[in-house]
Amino acid sequence: MCNCCNKDSKYYEPFETILSGFRGVESELIPILQKLQEAYGYLPEDIIKRLSERTGIFVTQIMGVATFYSQFKLRPAGKHSVKICFGTACHVNGAETVAEALCDELGIKLGETTPDGLITLESVACLGCCSLAPVIMIDDEAFGRLTASKVRQIIRDLYEKEGKSK
Amino acid sequence: MKLLIGLGSCGIAAGGMKVRDAFTELSAQNPGIDLVIAETGCMGMCYKEPMVELIDDKGFGTVYGGVTPEIAKEIFEKHILGGVPAEEYVVAKSDGGGAEGSFISKQQRIVLSRCGKINPESIDEAIAMGAYKGLEKALKSMTPEEVIAEVLASGVKGRGGAGFPTGLKWKFAAAEKADQKYIICNADEGDPGAFMDRSVLEGDPHSVIEGLAIGGYAIGASEGYVYARAEYPIAIKRLQIAIKQAEERGLLGDNILGTGFSFHLHIKQGAGAFVCGEETALIASIEGQRGMPRMRPPYPANKGLFGKPSNINNVETLANIGWIIRNGAEKFAAIGTEKSKGTKVFALAGKIKRGGLVEIPIGLTIRDVVFGIGGGTVSGKPFKAVQLGGPSGGCIPAELVDTVIDYDTLNATGAIMGSGGMIVMDEDNCMVDIARYFLNFTQSESCGKCTFCKIGTKRMLEILERITKGEGVEGDIEKLEYLADQIRRNALCGLGQTAPNPVLTTLRYFRHEYEAHIRDKKCPAHQCKALIKYEIDPAKCIGCTACAKKCPVNAIEGKAKTAHSIDQAKCIKCGTCLSSCKFGAISVD
Ligand SMILES: Cc1cc2nc3c(=O)[nH]c(=O)nc-3n(C[C@H](O)[C@H](O)[C@H](O)COP(=O)(O)O)c2cc1C
Ligand code: SF4
Ligand code: SF4
Ligand code: SF4
Ligand code: FES
Ligand code: FES
Repeated sequence: MCNCCNKDSKYYEPFETILSGFRGVESELIPILQKLQEAYGYLPEDIIKRLSERTGIFVTQIMGVATFYSQFKLRPAGKHSVKICFGTACHVNGAETVAEALCDELGIKLGETTPDGLITLESVACLGCCSLAPVIMIDDEAFGRLTASKVRQIIRDLYEKEGKSK
Repeated sequence: MKLLIGLGSCGIAAGGMKVRDAFTELSAQNPGIDLVIAETGCMGMCYKEPMVELIDDKGFGTVYGGVTPEIAKEIFEKHILGGVPAEEYVVAKSDGGGAEGSFISKQQRIVLSRCGKINPESIDEAIAMGAYKGLEKALKSMTPEEVIAEVLASGVKGRGGAGFPTGLKWKFAAAEKADQKYIICNADEGDPGAFMDRSVLEGDPHSVIEGLAIGGYAIGASEGYVYARAEYPIAIKRLQIAIKQAEERGLLGDNILGTGFSFHLHIKQGAGAFVCGEETALIASIEGQRGMPRMRPPYPANKGLFGKPSNINNVETLANIGWIIRNGAEKFAAIGTEKSKGTKVFALAGKIKRGGLVEIPIGLTIRDVVFGIGGGTVSGKPFKAVQLGGPSGGCIPAELVDTVIDYDTLNATGAIMGSGGMIVMDEDNCMVDIARYFLNFTQSESCGKCTFCKIGTKRMLEILERITKGEGVEGDIEKLEYLADQIRRNALCGLGQTAPNPVLTTLRYFRHEYEAHIRDKKCPAHQCKALIKYEIDPAKCIGCTACAKKCPVNAIEGKAKTAHSIDQAKCIKCGTCLSSCKFGAISVD
C-alpha cells in the first residue's frame, strides 16, 4: 500500500505499462485515454492527474478532450452494459417505446447506472444490425425485434441470472 | 466443397457464431468429408441473417438464410452429405434462382464485389479476386499524373456525402509542393442508421488499402491514415490484419513491389463524435485535440494534417479506385447516368421488408430500390417516404418514388445522395417526429463553436418538441423556416449548414402534418403520444380479457365477458392493446 495516496501500487501498474508504449505527445492523447479507459473501465481523476504530470499536457486540456468525445467515461460503469440503439432504423421501428420500457423497468435514466451497480444504460447510434431493429445490446450480445414487453422480460431474465431481485 | 459463414456485425448479432460452431462440430463428426469452413463479411441480405453459402466444386453457390444450429444440421445432412439442397431454407443461388433472387438481380457490384465472397482475413483470397492488381498497374506502368487523369476520366465522385469529383481533389493535392503529404480515409461513418463503410471494411478491407496506396502514389503522399469509428471493433480488427498482411507481401511499406514507392498506413480510432466526420475536425482529432471544425480556407489540400497538404476520401470512394485502375475509366464511366458515374452502396433499412446492403448502378429509381430490391414495406402498409443522407439529408415522399437516384436529381428534391443511408418509412411514421429526431441528433452533436448552430438548432428543436407535444402555436412553422435559413447561411461547417435539411424537406412535402399537429392537435400517423388516445368500443368488445393481460401498466379494466375500458390516466400509450385485440374493438385517434 502506498501511504501518500492510499492506493495499492498495483493500481498504477496498467498506467505505467500503457504510458511506456507512448512518447507522451499531444497527438497521442486520444489513444492513451482509450487504452487507460480499457484498463480502468473509466477515466479516474487520479489517473488523469498522473497523466498530466507525466506528459506535461494540462489537466484542462485532457478534460477538454475527455468530455468532448462521448466514448470517454468519467464515472465507473456497472457490471453489465446495456446499450439501446437510437439509430434511424431503430427509431422508425419504435426504439423510443422500448427505451421507455427499459428505463421504467430499471428505474434509471439513459446514461445512468442502477444503484446496485449491476447495469449501466447507454444510448448508441446504430449497432449495425438495422434489419433486426429495434435493437439493444447487453455486453456483446444483441437482442433484436424488440417490443416493450420483450425488453422487460430480457431485463428480468438478466436479474434472475444474477440471482438478484429488483 | 466450401462453406462460407456470414460474420459481419449483423451476422454475429443475429447468431452467426452459433451457426459456425454447429457446422464446425458437424464437420468434426464426419472426418471423411471434403469441406472447408470459412468466414466472410456482409453478403448483403442482412434481413436473412444468419446466412451461409455452400459452394460446390464447380463453383456453384447456394445461399441459405435464417439459419439456426438446428437448420445447420439439416443443411449438413441433406446438402453437404446428401448432395441435395435443403430447398426450404435456400434464399439465393448462383444462377439467380432461390426465393430472394430478385434482391440481387438488380444490383451491380464493384465496391462490394468481394464482400461476402472472400474471407476478409485472407489476403490470398482477395488477391485471387483481383485485389492489388490496380495498385500494381498504377505503380509499374503509370505516372501519378496518368493515375489522376484516369480517376478524373472515370467521373467518380466522393461517396462521403458532398459528391466532389475525386480526380479533381487529387489534382489539387498533387499540385502542392511539400516534404510530406498525407492521404486520409474517412471511416467515421456517423450517420446513425448507415453501415456501408463498416461493411466494406469488415468484408473487404484490402479494397480500401489498395485505394489509399494508389491515392498516395497519385498525390505524392507516403503516409496514410484511416480514421475509423471507435464503435467498429470488428472492422478495425480486420483492417489491422489486412494491413499486416499487405506489409508482409510488400504491398505496403517501403519500396512497394520494387518500384521505389513507399507508403505506410496507420489506423486512428475515433472516440465518438459525429462532427469528426467533417474534414477539419477529423484532422484536429488525429492531432489529439477536441474535434472542432475550423474555417476553410486553408483547405486540407493546402494545409491539412500536421499543417501538411492532405487529401481526405471516404471508404467507399477509395474502394472504387482499384477497380477503376484495373478495368479502366471507360468501363466505370459506362455505368451510371450522364453526370453521375458508377455505382452507389446503400444501407437499406427502416420499415423495409428486405433490408440490407445494396449496391446499385446510379440511375435506378427509388421505386427500383424500395420495391424491386427491398420488396416494399415490411408491414404491408402504404409506403410513405424514404430518408436519404441521414442528419444532413431529407425525406423524399411516396409521390416522388420514380425519382432517379443520381446526385443532381436527388439534390433537386431537397434531399441528397448522402453517404448511403436509406431509411424507408410507412404510414405509421410521423414526419414531424422524424424531423425532431434528426434535429435532436445534430443538436447534441453540435461542437458548440458557432452560435447559429449551437443555439439555433436548440431553438428549432424546442419548437419541434412543442409541436409533437401538442403545444404548437400559429407561427411556429414560419419561425422554423426563418431559423433554418439563418443556420444554413451562417454556420461554420457542414454539420450546422445541413442540420435544417430534415426539417425543410418534411415541411416541403408534409406541411399538412405539421399543421394537423399545431391546429387540430392531431398526429395523423398516430405516433406522437401526447396527441393520441386509445379507446375501447363497448359495442365491439366481447370481454375476452386479452388486452388487459397484455397491458404493461394495468390500465385496462373490466370483468371477463363484459366490455372493458381504458383508464386514460394510467395509459402510457404503448399500443400493445391495439394489436392484441382480435375483435377490432380498440381504436386509436
Ligand atoms: C458533420 C459532418 C460529418 C461527416 N461525416 C462523414 C463520414 O462519416 N464519412 C465520410 O466519408 N464523410 C463524412 N463527411 C464528409 C467529409 O467531410 C468529406 O467530405 C468526405 O470524407 C470526403 O470524401 P469523399 O470526397 O471521398 O466523399 C462529413 C461531413 C460533415 C460536415
Ligand atoms: S456548424 Fe456546428 S458543428 Fe460546425 S463548427 Fe459550427 S457549432 Fe461546430
Ligand atoms: S396503450 Fe398500452 S398502456 Fe395504454 S391501455 Fe393499451 S396496452 Fe395499456
Ligand atoms: S382484447 Fe378486444 S375484445 Fe378482448 S377485452 Fe380487450 S378490447 Fe375487448
Ligand atoms: S439503427 Fe439500430 S442497429 Fe442500425
Ligand atoms: S452484415 Fe450480414 S448480410 Fe449484411
